[in-house]
Amino acid sequence: MRTRALIRLAVILSVGGFATAAFAATADDFKAAYAKAEAAIKQAHALKNEWTTTASELKAAKAAGDAGKFDDAVKHAQEAEALANASIAQAKEQEKLWPQAVVR
Amino acid sequence: MLRKFCIAVAIVVGTAQPLLAASDVNPQADAKAFKDYFTKRFPKVPLNDFVNGPYSMDEGLRKQWQAIDAFPPYEFAVEQGKQMFATPFKNGKSYADCFANKGIGVRQNYPYFDAKSGQVITLEVAVNQCREANGEKPLDYTKDDMASVTAYMAFTSRGKPFDIKIPDDPRALAAYNKGKEYFYTRRGQLNFSCASCHVQSAGDHIRTEVLAPAFGITAALPIYRSAWGGMGTTTRRLRTCNGQVRGVPLPGGDELYRDVEYFLSYMANGLPISGPGTRP
Repeated sequence: MRTRALIRLAVILSVGGFATAAFAATADDFKAAYAKAEAAIKQAHALKNEWTTTASELKAAKAAGDAGKFDDAVKHAQEAEALANASIAQAKEQEKLWPQAVVR
Repeated sequence: MLRKFCIAVAIVVGTAQPLLAASDVNPQADAKAFKDYFTKRFPKVPLNDFVNGPYSMDEGLRKQWQAIDAFPPYEFAVEQGKQMFATPFKNGKSYADCFANKGIGVRQNYPYFDAKSGQVITLEVAVNQCREANGEKPLDYTKDDMASVTAYMAFTSRGKPFDIKIPDDPRALAAYNKGKEYFYTRRGQLNFSCASCHVQSAGDHIRTEVLAPAFGITAALPIYRSAWGGMGTTTRRLRTCNGQVRGVPLPGGDELYRDVEYFLSYMANGLPISGPGTRP
């Protein structure tokens, strides 16, 4: 009984490990994620509405990529892209909303 | 050929930014509303005292300022600025050749709209234009020599009322309106606008500091700021504010910085120059 449970656990762990290995990010994954982040940042820059935290995440992505830690690198790059997109959304939303704040 | 020409014209016309009609922008009405807002919200503050920023809002801070002002920390900058004015450029000319009245007592006229370039010229931009026109390298917009020369120019203009003009030119009105938009637009990851702190929260505390009212906020610049341990210009203050809300600051001389200073200084018309100032 106990042996069967242990075997089941070993199978689950090894499958999980295999799955993890199968989804581990590669250098190409990182390059793609980094390029997407850079493209979003370029758009935010054109709107003159970049966030400081976006640049920090991109820097962290590069550092992790340079160190070969592609899982971390992709995560940071995706975060940078998300932050850049949020700053773009903020700029576009504020184009319509700012008049509401004007002192009258 | 004609078809291609028509398409090109349609694209240009369709994508061109329309200049604002004079009726869309009313700086005089804005300035009256701005002044009324602050004088009604702070009825005990004498009108001209608004230029003293947080010291007009908090008695305890005011006493500290008065004590510091016995030996103002901006004095060295004023002295250095005076030296810079007296020192000719390599071509023999000097700052005095670039400004009306030799640069003495003119701070209250800046920023102004330059019809030739179609741009707002702030005092800092004017200083760098002067330098470049005379073969000198432009100064860093944020501190050191720029702070010194503008401190001296502000000092020679103390007490003079702001006299910012917005000519009947759609480009000037557009620049004013862009500055107004910048002021009220939320930015940075913390999603604050200039107005969030300096209109809605004027007089309130943010950590240990008291937020200055936006009314007259440019009058004391440049400033010696204790938090910086030194002098800083209008550009430095704008860049610091951007960073504080986690927004990436713009470069010195950027169009948006010029325009927001134009807007704020117009709002302060009639209030006296109090710079250079001291701030916490």
